[in-house]
Amino acid sequence: MRRRARNLFGFLAAVVLAALPAAARAAKVVRLAITEDPPQLDSTRASDTVSSFILGHIQEGLTRDGPHQDVVPGMAESWEIRDRGATFHLRKDARWSDGSPVTASDFVFAWRNVVDPATASEYAFIMYTVKNGEAVNAGKLPPSALGVRAQGDHVLEVEFERPCPYFLGLTAFKTFDPVPENFYRAHQGRYGATPADLLSNGPFVLTHWDHESSLVLEKNPLYWDAKSIRLDRIEIPYITSDSNARLNLFRDGSVDFLEAIGRDESKRAQFERLPMKSFTVGALWYLLLNHRLGRPTANAHLRRAIQLAYDPREFLSSVIGIPGTRPARGIVPSWVEGVKETFRQEHPLDPVLPDLSEAEHELELARAEMGGRIPPLSWLTFEGAGSQREAEYFQYVLKTRLGLEVVIDKQIFKQVLAKEYVGDFDIAVAGWVPDYADPMTFVDLYTSWNQNNYGAYRNARYDSLVREAQETADPRARTEAMAAAEQIAMRDLVILPLYEDAIVYLQSPRVEGIIRRRIGPDPDLTHAFVVDEKRPGA
Amino acid sequence: MIRYTLKRLAAGLVTIYFIATATFATMHLVPGDPLAGKKALVPEIRENLQRKYGLDRPLPVQYVVFLGNALRGDFGISFTQRNRTVNEIIRDHFPVSAKLGVLSLLFATIGGIAFGSVTALARGRMADQTVLFLVILAISVPSFAFAGLGQYLLVDLNRLVGFEVLPVGGWGSFSHMIVPALVLGLGTMAFFTRLMRSALLEVVHQDYVRTARGKGLSPIRIFLSHELRNAVLPLLTYLGPAIAAITTGGFVVETVFAIPGLGRYFVQAFQQLDYTVIMGLTVFYGSFLVLMVIAIDILYGIVDPRISLAGDRR
Repeated sequence: MRRRARNLFGFLAAVVLAALPAAARAAKVVRLAITEDPPQLDSTRASDTVSSFILGHIQEGLTRDGPHQDVVPGMAESWEIRDRGATFHLRKDARWSDGSPVTASDFVFAWRNVVDPATASEYAFIMYTVKNGEAVNAGKLPPSALGVRAQGDHVLEVEFERPCPYFLGLTAFKTFDPVPENFYRAHQGRYGATPADLLSNGPFVLTHWDHESSLVLEKNPLYWDAKSIRLDRIEIPYITSDSNARLNLFRDGSVDFLEAIGRDESKRAQFERLPMKSFTVGALWYLLLNHRLGRPTANAHLRRAIQLAYDPREFLSSVIGIPGTRPARGIVPSWVEGVKETFRQEHPLDPVLPDLSEAEHELELARAEMGGRIPPLSWLTFEGAGSQREAEYFQYVLKTRLGLEVVIDKQIFKQVLAKEYVGDFDIAVAGWVPDYADPMTFVDLYTSWNQNNYGAYRNARYDSLVREAQETADPRARTEAMAAAEQIAMRDLVILPLYEDAIVYLQSPRVEGIIRRRIGPDPDLTHAFVVDEKRPGA
Repeated sequence: MIRYTLKRLAAGLVTIYFIATATFATMHLVPGDPLAGKKALVPEIRENLQRKYGLDRPLPVQYVVFLGNALRGDFGISFTQRNRTVNEIIRDHFPVSAKLGVLSLLFATIGGIAFGSVTALARGRMADQTVLFLVILAISVPSFAFAGLGQYLLVDLNRLVGFEVLPVGGWGSFSHMIVPALVLGLGTMAFFTRLMRSALLEVVHQDYVRTARGKGLSPIRIFLSHELRNAVLPLLTYLGPAIAAITTGGFVVETVFAIPGLGRYFVQAFQQLDYTVIMGLTVFYGSFLVLMVIAIDILYGIVDPRISLAGDRR
């Protein structure tokens, strides 16, 4: 009896075992877990990475990010870029998922919507490159004054505000995606709220969205390049902010891919020999220093002393602890392209090595200039474990090596942002994720007119060099100007560059062709495919 | 009885009003800017957003507007999910929390009664001591530890067996609910076990139990119809607050098991300073808690005829 029961159980298990992988093998499906529900799938308003990831798969702009970190044709099949404008020729077979054609006026409608102050789009600034973008956004001109026009259904004319050599790359960015005008108006206020309130013109269609629970993207049969899409479906059955839970889902084989795992999870993944990969994201992390009058960090000698007192390698290995992370040397990360090579290769910067005696000397100068006493430094941070470690490391280093007091000011994230905005801090750790592939996305951050210049650094020479770079279309002249600006920034220590970040991620061997990106939708599963021979899961 | 119910409901409304007012005040005292994002906002756009959410008006006016809208059942649009209303969020996610809550309460109640009975019947013996030790463990270890450990072990179980015994996370079928409901109900189950044990031990020495024994009733009959029925009453008192605690306290379990419940919104809204969601959820949960307590009080009177509801003539 007992034996028979065991046999029966064994038989059932064998049936299930045989059936499960076969079923999974037949479907070209990739399963993922994401960290949060996409907050906004209206591309004219979206501003976060999760929404950008989804939008990158269901929508397409004039161009799209190609497989080799390049820009390839999208809705536009050809274009002419001039110093002061551009012409895009749209493909005639482009369709929305309801079958209606994608026309030039869909772009005009979307772009005007972005800069219209009534839309209150957080990413409107990226369209200031288009003529009158900034003026429209400030309410000084009507949206119709924006420098974009449809000539017939298939030609889009764009006028630039000033020369913009990186404009082609911008057209792959979600904010520049088209939006179907009639559909948008018919779903007033609800566009992007549910799959039924959204049209796709990209490789996939959003067919299911259960908030905070699951999403399903299915291959779009109407997509102009549908033949090169090899996945039938991208399933996202799990949404959770708990990194441990996501790791468990991967260990269980419930998902094929985890976009990033933390320091502690990567130790466990290593121990269990999970298929780990690493990618240098290259976002710049730095110490944001407050240059406002009366702040101790406004003193150049103090900033220099802090820089010389800490050891970048020690910081990376003991505090950050993610392999692939690199020390940062300037305000432009090392991967950003210049004219022919990378910007850094063309304009090298010497590494700054820790030098305690020099640091003490700088500290003496600072103390003398500040009337003999340096007040405690206020270190603004939020409650995340990583931020906490960074703050404590510097608190220890500055105390033991320079005798400086650091007071850690721990706040919720929204309050950190609010305090940075009004300048109520001395030092904070900040990161800048680039919006487009040009040094300018990093360089214009410290100009007097930039809203994100939280340290309130002001330097007329720096401003004029950035303006010079923005006014010229000559690639050599503009990179020269930006390099000169970087020299000033590093001499003044506008910020203290810490590192260019990297991530460790997990990818099941049954899936290949997933592309990681520094700019644009990441991860990119557009050309991913399932390796048939392998079993599902990790 | 009807008069009593109406009286309690009126008092409940006042309670909810105070909850809402206190939350409104403390929420605005928390430093931070709900509109702040990673990228700085152009002043014009900021003003537009402030107008959209009514933040451009003085605080007392915002308060009055909030009360007016709340009376009409309108809590506005979320700050973080900008094309969803708070009402939609409650409508979509409360049923999930409620289902999970009901199942875990079922686990907690059945488990609490069963284990409580075991400990009382085997008082001082091995079974009693073991269960009491587990009870202390379940009460003192926080739920995130159980959630994480439970999930971790589930992965190993699935791997060992070779197929999916129970899903590790997600939502959709009954099998998705079992482990999270167990984890969620564990603390309450432990509490109920202790409550049941002490109630039973007290009941055992009552006169009517002795009488029943003297009449020669079978021990099983005595236990079921005399001891258990009387000992279960105190449990009922705690059921109301327990329902509220379980359905609101699901944040950790919902996050670990990737369950789209309302508990996650509760915590996220505070972290993100999502004013409208904070207010909507507080009023909703406040009302829920008040209603549960009233319902249990009324139920109490029905289950135990000796308890008269206030105001009724004896």
